[in-house]
Parts: sequence; structure tokens; C-alpha cells
Amino acid sequence: MAENRKIVIPGETIVTGGNYLPSDGTYRDNEDVVAMKYGLASIDDQRVKVIPLSGKYFPRRGNTIIGTIVDITMNGWLIDFGAPGKSFLSLNEVPRYINKNELRDFLDFGDSVVVKIWNIGARGIDVSMKMRGFGRIEGGMLIDVNPNKVPRIIGKEGSMVRLIRGATNCNLTVGQNGKVWIRGDSLDNEINVRKIVEYIVENSAISGLTEKVENFIKGLGLTVVKEERAPVSEEVKGEEIVSNDENKSSEDSIKDEKVEEVKMEKTE
Amino acid sequence: MVESLYKKRIDGRAFNELRPIKTKVGIIPSADGSAMFETGGTRAIAVVRGPRTLHPQHMQDSKTGILRVNYGMMPFSVWDRIRPGPSRRSEEISKVCEWALSSVLDLSAFPNSVVDVFIQIPQADAGTRVAGLNAAAMALADAGLPMKEMISAIAVGKCDRTLVVDVDKAEEDFHEGEGPTDIPVAITSRTKNVALLQLDGKISVSELAEAIEMAKVACGDILKVQMEALKNRKGGDDNE
Repeated sequence: MAENRKIVIPGETIVTGGNYLPSDGTYRDNEDVVAMKYGLASIDDQRVKVIPLSGKYFPRRGNTIIGTIVDITMNGWLIDFGAPGKSFLSLNEVPRYINKNELRDFLDFGDSVVVKIWNIGARGIDVSMKMRGFGRIEGGMLIDVNPNKVPRIIGKEGSMVRLIRGATNCNLTVGQNGKVWIRGDSLDNEINVRKIVEYIVENSAISGLTEKVENFIKGLGLTVVKEERAPVSEEVKGEEIVSNDENKSSEDSIKDEKVEEVKMEKTE
Repeated sequence: MVESLYKKRIDGRAFNELRPIKTKVGIIPSADGSAMFETGGTRAIAVVRGPRTLHPQHMQDSKTGILRVNYGMMPFSVWDRIRPGPSRRSEEISKVCEWALSSVLDLSAFPNSVVDVFIQIPQADAGTRVAGLNAAAMALADAGLPMKEMISAIAVGKCDRTLVVDVDKAEEDFHEGEGPTDIPVAITSRTKNVALLQLDGKISVSELAEAIEMAKVACGDILKVQMEALKNRKGGDDNE
């Protein structure tokens, strides 16, 4: 359905009809469902939403994010991750027992951490480190990308992450807030990953991205290893969509995928 | 009815014709949103930063985010020179632009934070505040902020007895007969409400009504240009 995806601007009518449900980035004006944000409109069943193409990262519950410790309080840490407001990592949300006087020994100012947003309340954002795969960042490199391109870097059900890891032998953790942590066995490989990630961000609007990225990886002198879930070719077909919509629309699956990625990384 | 002294526009435009428009979204890579809007000899750039935490803390609003607009002309924007820094005029324009934009912007999802809009005029040939508003509306949309609708703005004027759309500097300085009148108008895209209306000069009630109608038509055309610019925005930010 080509009509399904089009770029809309605020105030533009996406669809008219009483049985459509206005979702993220839209509102109802009598019979019309109107865009409230600039982005890609998608109609999934009867649910209408707008997927932003640019702008800051807006935190959502369940997101995996990478942030920096900016303050230490009586019972936890304050983490900055490039969104308005700071998030709070409570002492209770850390995997092991920490003495209240020794908070700095576990996480110090300036440390980067991978955490998950478990609650967004009126008073702030609460994050957790309790699940496997979350924790302090040690080694590797941290790069910034446009948060709106994150779904493209992850790829359909993590296909792109697997592709990169297979080719470079590096682990990468993608924070939904546009931070990517790359960690591999050598600096050269890490730099290659960075090049690939930058290539994906630059060319995110191109259809058949997976194929392009594969060619780019070959251009770097690396070999494309087809990992466990082999049918990459199938996924290539699925990628032929102009923007990151299909990834976002199945955001929940990405989330799970993210956790899974992290788990895999830990067990390796 | 006395015939108007202003019979033909200097640049040969029709009285309801806009100057040629050029516009581009995403001109400043490090910003959260940015846009350029050019009409004839007037060019405005707008940059959006935020939402981000507002300091000092006592200015924070725990119910909603706030909008701050900063308008300024660059020293070299006119033939003479503009003294850099805030002036009575630039403060006023910042304020009216802020009011106009906050009528469509919904920042209730970002309490205690601020969205900063910086409007700069590198080149001025009248109508800078409306060009700035057009750029700012695009930049805010580019920043992915929730807006009920877009804003388009145009300056309508009166030279002696003739109503003109999109006044340039020469028309702003037309001092024959009844003299010049300058009416910047901003119209929202969906509800067609008036978000900004200022008047400098003198005009009769019926003429003002007519001028606003002309502005509404012109804003419709500007909206199309804004829409096109946003829809043709490239994936990443670029600065060619």
C-alpha cells in the first residue's frame, strides 16, 4: 500500500474517517486525523501515527539507552543521555548490593552506562540496570548518531547488527538515544564498524539498504558472514522501504531484539 | 475615488504577487532543527535547540515546556550597518514571533524544559519578521516537535492607496500621498487563524479587512513552498 507511507507536515490531514484511531504524533479534528509532527505517516490497520524523521530523542518506556553519569545522590546516580531532563538510576535498580557510601566505586562521574528506561513519571525518568547485558561501558568506542536512524542501524529484527558483527567480529550495542557502543578485538575493526554505521546513517533513505551495506563492507576488504539466522536474502526484500518505518512500527520486537543482542554479547 | 499614486511596482510584480521564494530545511547539522527562508532580497535562517532543561530553575514551568524566540539582524544585513546585540526593535520582534509560534506549538509533554528558536537575518529587504517566522515554523517542524499546525506569514502593505502583497524596502519607504503602511500577518495552516497581526501606518477598516484576505491567499502559497521544502528534505543534515 503505497498510500500508507507519506511524509506529512504538522496540520496536514492524514486520513479522513471516524473509525481511524489517532496515535503517536497525530490528533483528531472532527472527521480528520491530523499530523502533529513532521514525519512519515503510517496507517496500521486503523491506527494512524507519524514517525518523526528528525529532531531530538524522546524517551519512551522500554528503550535501551546509553548515558553518562553526571551526578551521584544519596541513593543513586543521575544519568544524562541527551534528552531534556535527567534520568535516575536507583541503588535498587543495580544488579548487586552496593554500600551507600561506596556509590562511586561502582559507577563514577563520567562513566558511560547501558541502561533501560523502566518508568517515565511526572518527576523524571527512572532507569534500570538489572537485566542481563546492561551495565557499565568498558573499552571500545562510543559514537553519536542521529537517534531517528537507530532503527536502520539495528535493521529488521536485528539483521543489520548481525551483519556488522559477522563482518567485523565486533560487538555493538545501539542505544535508542543515538549512541552506539562498539567493542571489538582491535581498533581497526572498531573503526570499520564506525565507518559502516556512518554509512548506514547517511544512506538510510535508500531502498535495498542491506545490499548496499553488504557492498560497502566488501569495499572495506571484509567478508560478509551470514550468521545463524541465515535467510538474509529474505530480509533484503523486506528492506525495500524508503524509511525506517517498518523497524519502528515493530518497535517492541526491536526492543526484544535489542535485549537479545545484548544477551548474546554477554554470553560470547 | 482618487486614483492611487502607486501605479506600478518597481520590480514589475503584480500587486498580489510574491517575490521569488527559496527555502531549505536542515541547514545546520548540529541543531535539532533548522531552516532557511528567502524572499527576494530578504533571507532568514532559523535554528531550533531543545527541548532542553531550562536554567535558571525559577523560570521552569512544571506543567509545560516554554518557548523562547530570539530574533536578530546581522550587522551586515543592510547597506548601512546594524549595531549587533539586542535592541528595542529586535526584542519586540522576538516577543511577537514567540507569541505567534506558541499558538501552534504544544510543549506540554516537556515540563521544566525550554525550546530555543534563534532567528537570524543575514540579508534584509523588508519583511524580515515574516521571513523569520516562516523559517522558524519549518525549523520547529524539522525538530520533530508537536505542533497543531504550521504557520505561514506575509507582510501586506499599502502604498498611497494601493494594497500590495509582500512589501520590499522601496515600498516600505514610499512616502507619496497617504504614505506607506506595513502589515505583517501570520496565518495558521489548518484553522486559518491569525497568529500575528501588526500594523505600522494608517489604513481604513475596510482596507485592512481586504489586506488580511490578501494575506490569507499569499500565506496559502507560502505554505505550499514550506510543505515542499519539508517533504523534499534529505535524510541527513547537509550544509552544501
